[in-house]
Amino acid sequence: MARTRSLLGLEHLTADEITHLLKLARTMQLRKPRPLLRGKRIALLFYESSTRTRVSFEFAAKLLGAHTALISATASSIEKGESLVDTGKTLQALGADCIVVRHPSSGAPNVLARNLHIPIINAGDGMHEHPTQGLLDAFTMLRHKKPLKGLRVIMVGDIQHSRVVRSNVHLLAKFGASITLCGPLELLPETAASLSPAIKITRHIQEAVRKADVVMMLRIQKERLAGLKLDVGKYIADYQLTAERLRLAKPGALLMHPGPMIRGMEIQSELADGHQSVVEEQVQNGVYVRMAVLATCLGAL
Amino acid sequence: MARQTLSIRNGFLIDPAQRLEGKYDFLLKDGRVAELAPAGKLRGRADETINARGMVVCPGLIDIHVHLREPGQQHKESIATGTRSAAAGGFTSVCCMPNTLPVNDTPEITRWMLDPAREASVNVFPVGAATVGSMGRTLTDFAALKRAGAVAISDDGKPILEESIMRQALMGAGRLGIPVIQHAEDTRCTESAVMNAGPTAFRLGLRGWPTEAESAVVERDIQLAAETKGHYHVAHLSTAAALKAVRKAKRERLRVTCEITPHHFAMTDEDVGEYNTNCKMNPPLRSAFDRETLIAGLSDGSIDCIATDHAPHAANEKNQEFDRAPFGITGLETALGLAISILHAKHKIPLRRIVELMSANPARVMGLTGRGTLAVGSQADVTIFDPAKKWTYHAQQALSKSKNSPFDEWQLQGKVLAAVVGGSLKFSA
Repeated sequence: MARTRSLLGLEHLTADEITHLLKLARTMQLRKPRPLLRGKRIALLFYESSTRTRVSFEFAAKLLGAHTALISATASSIEKGESLVDTGKTLQALGADCIVVRHPSSGAPNVLARNLHIPIINAGDGMHEHPTQGLLDAFTMLRHKKPLKGLRVIMVGDIQHSRVVRSNVHLLAKFGASITLCGPLELLPETAASLSPAIKITRHIQEAVRKADVVMMLRIQKERLAGLKLDVGKYIADYQLTAERLRLAKPGALLMHPGPMIRGMEIQSELADGHQSVVEEQVQNGVYVRMAVLATCLGAL
Repeated sequence: MARQTLSIRNGFLIDPAQRLEGKYDFLLKDGRVAELAPAGKLRGRADETINARGMVVCPGLIDIHVHLREPGQQHKESIATGTRSAAAGGFTSVCCMPNTLPVNDTPEITRWMLDPAREASVNVFPVGAATVGSMGRTLTDFAALKRAGAVAISDDGKPILEESIMRQALMGAGRLGIPVIQHAEDTRCTESAVMNAGPTAFRLGLRGWPTEAESAVVERDIQLAAETKGHYHVAHLSTAAALKAVRKAKRERLRVTCEITPHHFAMTDEDVGEYNTNCKMNPPLRSAFDRETLIAGLSDGSIDCIATDHAPHAANEKNQEFDRAPFGITGLETALGLAISILHAKHKIPLRRIVELMSANPARVMGLTGRGTLAVGSQADVTIFDPAKKWTYHAQQALSKSKNSPFDEWQLQGKVLAAVVGGSLKFSA
């Protein structure tokens, strides 16, 4: 982080850099927020719809005293055909001190970082990474389960299209967790295992859930299926998390979901509100983690 | 054509078509090779002399796959700039693909490309479109295209997928004795794919391109080549699976040839790194296994040619999200350096074979008579290079109008010193 100050992904961060961010997030959670970013301008550049990530970045920035401006693809010159690079240069010229970007193209934040001199924070790019989600997931796990080393984390569902999975895998692997990915071949290609030696792949949810410490369920990203036809009935039968299946996990296992959740699809509705679910806590923690990331990337510490 | 006579002396000749290697002198006159003699034994006198001591002299290099972008996209390249770039890369002839705007699907456009007003620095041989507008539906008039100067037929940039169209194209071109060049890509399995399927694509969250998208088309086409006896040429072959099919076809003595690009023997999909759009091309960079298999194919003769697929794009077009950036890279000025650095210096492939891959075979595949050799009477197209010279390629200094090369700042071995086209010096370093 000290090198670039942009946060493009978790793949290239060290365990120490991640630990530092998580500790800072914990400080943000415990202490009354200080105006570390007073007078700073943060552009929230959103090419894709978002509820959680956008509002949480906005609240995080405001809690630290920064101004924010939201630029969305449909209500800006992007609609008129302005390129990503030109949009970024415009925001920089307008005095933005940092750009938080959400984009459907993998690598879009890298394009901005290559062309601008202000820090770029990746708020989710295509199927690549969602680093602040990876951080908030680890933060949430650590509130309940310590240490990450040896923790059995499983992720079930649409792995192929998930930037959350990639960020989580990079982070968890650096801390020695054991990771099991589970899903049908169309949504979980064998090459997924090349992401990290810590990964195991299984096609059977029962096998994946057995003895898990953390069960992370994923939404099927219908906006990214690109023509892929999926038998929904069969998917539910094979991969939906049910109470019965969750019982195979360790007692006290955490149930996580990055949202948005489709109740009755990847997860039985009651489970989402059950005592093992930390879905809302994940959302809350997102604010602290993003405060830590903004403060660090903007050099306010 | 040059009125003057030019002699090239003291160089080391490599001319695989004549099976000649050694110290020879040449006299070039009226656009032809007038005399060839052991060093110091030339009888004729020349107005001008190039001293090529310590250099390799070979028949002019021929790139059978370039995109000159004219007509229609002169912000990327023109026939004038593209051919200057070619000369700087040691190429004295290029075959330009028909995916211009409009598509080169008529004799008028072919003739327009060949008009001296285009100010080409090297010989240009247009490839005519196989179908009208390269839309894959109606065949063009091959005979008329050939009469206008087209040397082959292709819908390059797009594949000819419809089996009946491919069969008719092979028959029609076969009757005229010219090849059908296929861009082998089953676009039904590459929709929205932007790089080779594999670990790097997964890591970057980019949509992957299966190798079967190429090999399935090549296998289908080879069947059709067997049926029709036409000459089938695979453009920019990139996979081990497709090469296997070509090898089998050659064993069966079918009229099947293929080319590969320098970038496919120089790099792998891992080089995409962190979304380097100058490593985005079609077909994409492949796995290390594919690359090694292609190098073996270059060495053992199952690959006929090296061709660059020179595909210039403006800087702003490449400076985009990876999935939005256009496919293609420039290649004319780095091809020989890459071939010598990687194939010769590293993989010990003899220079003779490299000259064969870049001159003799391309002439044979495209039916360019009198080229690809320096036998007396042949065209006075000559390339002179220093096979030992190390140099650094700076993309910004390229003569091509576009600078989209992944080889920027690469250290290369083997430098072009001169390109003589039709007896006239068109480039000298």
